[in-house]
Amino acid sequence: MGKVTFDAKVETIDGQGFQLTRLDKVIGAARANSLWPLPFATSCCGIEFMATMGSNYDLARFGMERMSFSPRQADLLIVAGTISKKLAPVLKKVYEQMSEPRWVLSVGACASSGGIFDTYSVLQGIDRVIPVDVYVPGCPPRPEQIIDGIMNIHEMVKNESLRRRNAPEYKEMLSTFNIDVDGE
Amino acid sequence: MENNGLTNDSLYTQLEAKFSDNTISSREDQFGLLTVEISSEKIIEVIKWLKEEKSINYLTLIGAVHYPENEGREYAVVYHLHSLTENFRIRLKAFLSKNHLSIASLTTLFVGANWMERETFDFYGVNFKGHPNMKRILNEDSMDYHPMRKEYQLEDATREDKDDTYFGR
Repeated sequence: MGKVTFDAKVETIDGQGFQLTRLDKVIGAARANSLWPLPFATSCCGIEFMATMGSNYDLARFGMERMSFSPRQADLLIVAGTISKKLAPVLKKVYEQMSEPRWVLSVGACASSGGIFDTYSVLQGIDRVIPVDVYVPGCPPRPEQIIDGIMNIHEMVKNESLRRRNAPEYKEMLSTFNIDVDGE
Repeated sequence: MENNGLTNDSLYTQLEAKFSDNTISSREDQFGLLTVEISSEKIIEVIKWLKEEKSINYLTLIGAVHYPENEGREYAVVYHLHSLTENFRIRLKAFLSKNHLSIASLTTLFVGANWMERETFDFYGVNFKGHPNMKRILNEDSMDYHPMRKEYQLEDATREDKDDTYFGR
């Protein structure tokens, strides 16, 4: 049998014939390295995200080989591009259809703040309708920046509680967005 | 169709002869494009005549312009028509007061007027009487104003939907 090694960041106690670690760290590492992203790409940030997915930058290195175009099977919602106010309820519906645990990456100035579109028809940041875990600045951001954002998501996934969805502060945070935690 | 060789002058002469004085009130030829002001009550009558008698049978555009200083004539509804057989274009303007922002719908003559009139309603609030589905087309339904009117400040310092905490301007 070959030697089983964990992610370098997972602490282990090694002995002869055994290896000890914490279950939540193992599961966190497993989740972080097998995230299925749902790309919600609407404009030029989406083009940069396509480059990030492609062979040069290759998101598949991080266990993201498969884009999930169904929110039901997605873990990470990547919002890349301008979201108009008319699209906001659709984005919120997509987020609500994702099952826990779920994370959100906001790519670019438009998704994060409305960007240059300071106008009546554009949502001034997706955090007005859904909670966001990591913001990536840039107009549009280069693939390196998007990967850096994903690395930050990985850190959160590895280190946060496995049952984040049950935490009272998490429920309270979602209730500020009028998102029902228990209703699916 | 006997109107071979339509010109600005010939068509305007015919319009004047066909309709009474208060139907057609002014003419200008901007960029060589015949532009005629039409009384808002007679818009259907005139466009029907242009379509059926003069083969100006393609509706290019319906839009509106807001002239806030133009008292009693604050809104112009603009119709661009094109004759596909004669390659002749004409522009019609009908002025409306902001208190009676309503004009007959062209959907009885051109089915394609449907979405153009909805867009004009969406952005300027012009009500097209007789339109089968007079509601917003582009903006969200819950919007309670007509954004292309020249009655808003360019930037409202009191607005709350812009968060400057992280993105200082």
